[in-house]
Amino acid sequence: MRRKNNDKQSGRVWLTLLSIFCIALIAVSFLKESVISPVRGATGILVTPIQKGMNGIGSWISSLTVNFSDAASLREENAALQEKVDTLTAENSQLVLEKEELSRLRQLLELSEQYSDYEKVGARVISKDSGNWFNRFTIDKGANDGIKVDANVIAGSGLVGIVTEVGPNWATVRSIIDDNSNVSAMVATSSDTCIIAGNLQLIDEGTLSLVKLTDENNKVHVGDKVVTSNISEKYLPGILIGYICELNNDANNLTKSGQITPVVDFRHLQEVLVILELKDYVASPEDANEKDEIINDLNDSKNSGNDTEDESEDPNILTAPRSE
Amino acid sequence: MRRKIAMTVLIVVCTLLQCGLFRWIEIASVKPNLLLIITVSFGLMRGKKSGMITGLFSGLCCDLFSFDTLGFHALIYMWIGYLTGHFYRIFYDDDIKTPLLLVSAADLIYGVVCYISTFLLRGRIHFFFYLRRIIIPEALYTVILTILTYRLLYHLNQRLSITDKRSIDRLV
Repeated sequence: MRRKNNDKQSGRVWLTLLSIFCIALIAVSFLKESVISPVRGATGILVTPIQKGMNGIGSWISSLTVNFSDAASLREENAALQEKVDTLTAENSQLVLEKEELSRLRQLLELSEQYSDYEKVGARVISKDSGNWFNRFTIDKGANDGIKVDANVIAGSGLVGIVTEVGPNWATVRSIIDDNSNVSAMVATSSDTCIIAGNLQLIDEGTLSLVKLTDENNKVHVGDKVVTSNISEKYLPGILIGYICELNNDANNLTKSGQITPVVDFRHLQEVLVILELKDYVASPEDANEKDEIINDLNDSKNSGNDTEDESEDPNILTAPRSE
Repeated sequence: MRRKIAMTVLIVVCTLLQCGLFRWIEIASVKPNLLLIITVSFGLMRGKKSGMITGLFSGLCCDLFSFDTLGFHALIYMWIGYLTGHFYRIFYDDDIKTPLLLVSAADLIYGVVCYISTFLLRGRIHFFFYLRRIIIPEALYTVILTILTYRLLYHLNQRLSITDKRSIDRLV
């Protein structure tokens, strides 16, 4: 009987001690990141190769299950795809013409293709957050390939997220649909700034929420392109995020909010590109104002001088010149 | 000793599965919680202390491998393991209802704690949305996975117990 009591007590003591230990760990990882990061780095180095292998197995298995899907649905899909190919071919031939026109106009304006100027490195998504609450993932490239914290991550034509932690051969990325993510953005046509906030409640609809849009002249409409803003601290300017799909006036009548549809398919993200260049941010208000003016001037002159330029054709073109 | 090594390998492999391979079996972007199954199973099969330790290490592995706040999952899983250890007394060999009930309850609690600590504190107040969208689907999916994996864990535990006993016998 006594032994049982002792057991009970020692269990409780252990529970209390270990709880305190865990709480201390949480506190340390919040307050002093530098203590934890070597441990993280070491596990990352060990785990990354295994996860790479597992990722291979995963994609192999998923390709197997695809093989099992029945022929009827495949035939149906094939017909639908054929139809799509036809429309896309028609569209493509038109786009080729327009692309030529665009490059000619670009030459005229002496605008360089800055979006493709950034040095990028391709990486594979190897693991995801353990739970279902957040949208963070790990990629298989790290500091050895020149990736730094706050590097921007893109895929295909648009912004995916930002690097939050880096090890020698891995890096973690927080995607813009994560509930914690806030991106300083602007509407490409009018340069009105806004915030693009990830929201778990909107993920099923495939949208992100757009808040604090200052649009005094009512120039912003549904369907407008939203890109990263030039006054952002961490994001390089002019990376496409998505298109506005809903817009409402806020209760304060000063700002607007709504939703945008991102251009990246976050469900099936396999490979991403990491831009190695970081944004240089100078935190002085005069500087920011100056940049704004330059950009507004440039946009004004562009709008008045060139009616034929249609920027929405090429998602890669920068609408705002990069700040120096 | 053998048990310790086996448990460590089991937890590490399951964490890798949880973070890596499970994203291929997501349904509606919800995946089951394998580490919770292990914690609850061993808490039920071996008592409070075992559950507590299993939970602690599962949580630590989970935090380390998925680059979360270190100690967060460790704390939750440890408490879940300890609490399920209270049901050690009603553990019967071929009863699957108790583990299923415990896993679903534990996953609901885990979900609510996660919601409170990571969402409610940031002012996301639509609890019922998150309950419907994440907490309940995750619990259901985890229960289904428990049906598949509980037998395996049970046999693993049996085998380890037998070898433990044998080594003790040999010493005697």
